[in-house]
Amino acid sequence: MQDWEVVIGLEIHTQLKTQSKIFSGASTAFGAAPNTQACAIDLGFPGVLPMVNEAVYAKAVAFGLGIGADINLVSVFDRKNYFYPDLPKGYQITQLASPIVVGGSVDIILRDGSSKTIRVTRAHLEEDAGKSMHEDYHGQTGVDLNRAGTPLLEIVSEPELSSAEEAVAYARYIHQLVTYLGVSDGDMSQGSLRCDANVSVRRPGAAALGTRTETKNVNSFRFLERAINFEIERQISVLESGGRIRQETRLYDPDKDETRPMRSKETATDYRYFPEPDLLPIHITAAYIDTIRQQMPELPGAKAQRFIDQYDLSAADALALASSVALADYFETVARVGNDAKLAANWVRVELLGLMNRESLSPSTATLTATPLTAEALGTLIARIKDGTISGKIAKGVFVALWTGAATDTDSYIADQGLTQVSDSSALGAILDTIIANNPQQAEQFRAGKTKLMGFFVGQVMQQTGGKANPQQVSELVNAKLMG
Amino acid sequence: MTELHRKTVRQLLTDLDNKVFSSVELTRHYLDRIERLDPSLNSYITVLGASALAQAAAMDEARRKGNQPLLAGIPIAHKDIICTQGTKTTAGSRMLDNFIAPYSATLAERLDAAGVVTLGKTNMDEFAMGSSNENSYYGAVHNPWHTDHVPGGSSGGAAASMAAGLCAAATGTDTGGSIRQPAAFCGITGLKPTYGRVSRWGVIAYASSLDQAGPMARTAEDAALLLQAMAGFDARDATSIDQPVPDYMAQINRPVKGLKIGLCQEYFDPGLDPDIKAAVLDAAKTLESRGAIIKDISLPNSQHGIPAYYIIAPAECSANLSRYDGVRFGYRCADPQSIEDLYKRSRSEGLGREVKSRIMVGAFALSSGYYEAYYRKAQQIRRLISQDFANAFTQVDYILGPTTPSPAFKLGEKAGDQVAMYLQDIYTIAVNLAGLPAISVPAGFTKGLPIGMQLIGRHLDEGGLLNVAHQYQLVTDWHNRSPNFGNQQDS
Repeated sequence: MQDWEVVIGLEIHTQLKTQSKIFSGASTAFGAAPNTQACAIDLGFPGVLPMVNEAVYAKAVAFGLGIGADINLVSVFDRKNYFYPDLPKGYQITQLASPIVVGGSVDIILRDGSSKTIRVTRAHLEEDAGKSMHEDYHGQTGVDLNRAGTPLLEIVSEPELSSAEEAVAYARYIHQLVTYLGVSDGDMSQGSLRCDANVSVRRPGAAALGTRTETKNVNSFRFLERAINFEIERQISVLESGGRIRQETRLYDPDKDETRPMRSKETATDYRYFPEPDLLPIHITAAYIDTIRQQMPELPGAKAQRFIDQYDLSAADALALASSVALADYFETVARVGNDAKLAANWVRVELLGLMNRESLSPSTATLTATPLTAEALGTLIARIKDGTISGKIAKGVFVALWTGAATDTDSYIADQGLTQVSDSSALGAILDTIIANNPQQAEQFRAGKTKLMGFFVGQVMQQTGGKANPQQVSELVNAKLMG
Repeated sequence: MTELHRKTVRQLLTDLDNKVFSSVELTRHYLDRIERLDPSLNSYITVLGASALAQAAAMDEARRKGNQPLLAGIPIAHKDIICTQGTKTTAGSRMLDNFIAPYSATLAERLDAAGVVTLGKTNMDEFAMGSSNENSYYGAVHNPWHTDHVPGGSSGGAAASMAAGLCAAATGTDTGGSIRQPAAFCGITGLKPTYGRVSRWGVIAYASSLDQAGPMARTAEDAALLLQAMAGFDARDATSIDQPVPDYMAQINRPVKGLKIGLCQEYFDPGLDPDIKAAVLDAAKTLESRGAIIKDISLPNSQHGIPAYYIIAPAECSANLSRYDGVRFGYRCADPQSIEDLYKRSRSEGLGREVKSRIMVGAFALSSGYYEAYYRKAQQIRRLISQDFANAFTQVDYILGPTTPSPAFKLGEKAGDQVAMYLQDIYTIAVNLAGLPAISVPAGFTKGLPIGMQLIGRHLDEGGLLNVAHQYQLVTDWHNRSPNFGNQQDS
């Protein structure tokens, strides 16, 4: 591997979060019965015309501002011509010569802690095609046009990524950014973010790029990493055995963990692009861009920095908690209600994310509101630890009960289950007296100075109270009774 | 007294309001004529007898109640490229022989709201590609002035049915001359409005940046009445113009005195029929006698109009017609063996020769390595042509010239000669490239066939064009002449 330099460029298609399609009023909702969300415009009927859903402009501009790009004040839709059954008009409306977003860059952070700036070439608006289903139709093909006309922003990077790790870090950042900005819902299981990876290898110092292949439609970060690594190894192995790389489009098969060439008929060679005559050029004013700029939410980097400054968090905690808007908002509510940012950071990052990770859940708005363990509930839990109502150990039990739904409200669960700490000195004293009486040898040794036995007495009390005693209070009582 | 089917829309509205006859009686008269006479003309693809009579009855009722809209009860016909909900809309193609439009074109909706009675859908060159109406899957249309001759195209059915008295007015579409040239050949008045004045929603696309629907009528006054109903902004068409529609009827009664009218020198070339030349110069004299100022002007790039058009229009059509793939609607070949087979045979069998020829030309012009030399160059010419008109309109208010280089030619005469056919549009095509309004007005006869003159106006000056045409028609009677066609059979 040391003898080869890897060059990767990514084209990321992100589905824009709009109620209706880019050129029609049909719904973009996922999961409807086939062909129930395709109107005459999506079906490419004779005489229909596209009308741009102007909500897509704000999304594209917000993305452009988010990566420090230039927004083209005039951009143009083009037709990309090819025949395929899931492309109803026989052309896709996209942007070729004048995309809406030009330039910009993102900083990615790698596992070794180093960072790298990746330049973005362009981002353009286009419509999605429908879905062809080759299985289950006995040699025929099923076509579902619900997805046809779904708005996409295609984000094209410069070929500046040097490894699968960098490519994944870049894709994750783009995913985080579009989700943050509300540009996309980022739900990769529904195809909201798909990557095409252009991969080539060359000898270090070579002036020209090697012949590249394009692996299309990879819809998870894990698959992206595997697909790129497979492709790098395949290309090196071909070149080292004296072969040549064919410029071609490939597909990643996760079941076999390999890429393979697409059938040649699925790849057109000449798309005969020309300006879309049914749509006027998009004119965007500086004032419009300013309006979007003022509505921009705090971006991930700025948010993490604020967490460090405002809550005195570690960089690692701040980055983790700022990784999604949903998680960051959740954390800030927990910190406010619990009135302790550090405890809140600890509970959210270690306990909550640990639990979600074990259940393979991502911290989305949906998963964070699906259980009674709301930010308010967790904040209340922290407040109860701080005011001494419950111990940290008890709190973990309440936390799990809230997560599973066994508890629905922090305070009423603590009350109903009798989890309040026993802080009555006389009650604890009586329990301790019995323990001392039953363990005279340990009592004698403690009095003689073997203070390590403190743990023994506290443990006994905790055991007999079911963990509800305050350990600090118990140790004070032990000292008073045996040393006083 | 003028026969019922020779009356103008304006006269019919007066008679209907005065209860001289009802819309149902008028509609029956037209339907009877269509049934008797159209078999020898072939101007209709679909006749909508039952629904026309129902519309007529409804408009008679509205008139009884005194709440009749602008064109209540007037029997018209739509070119079969204009979608009308629930009825077959073929665009003259085998490809759409089974296509029932699930929606109506905006212009059809607006005419419906204005109370028209839709008699049927008129024949046309397939997908509006042609200048003779010989490119129709439904067969050629005959010119009522001389049935051995073509009616022009692509709105040939509309022009022929108008001239033969088979409808009171008609809609057409004009991409390179398809309203004006058949209007000239058939002796009627045809207006191509400014690009974007009439919505393209529901009008089956040929070349999107050039297509424009407009009225075809006996008189400029009737064209004004129809345009009043058809025109206006439509949020479903991004290229539609968001400007108020003026009161055209109020605009057509201004005197022509003082108006500057340009004669384009390039239009009086050796290819122009001498009788047509004489007729147009005669019309200029008529307007001059009414106080118009006639000036010579030049449109130096007009010779490049046809080559530029025959790159741009085929390029756009090559994409616009890709949707006819046999997958979702329209013609599908029998027993396809694969998706390629389905595409190839559905399109080979479903589309006609001229259409396939233009698709191939367009695909070639857009292909990698040729785009710069053809498509981009054609767009540059298009800008030069627009600039020519802009310059001319700093000197004159209107440009007058012939609509066509010759009168209607014989059926089959140019069938083997694509270029000769394309030259039919030599005076009309530049107007589409510039997006301007223009009108063809009857201006004489040669060897028993009508002559049309063309007036071109500034952007959105339909009112001015209709005004000049109307003032001309007030002092001429070419538009009142009618062919002998059908008179023998008339009772």
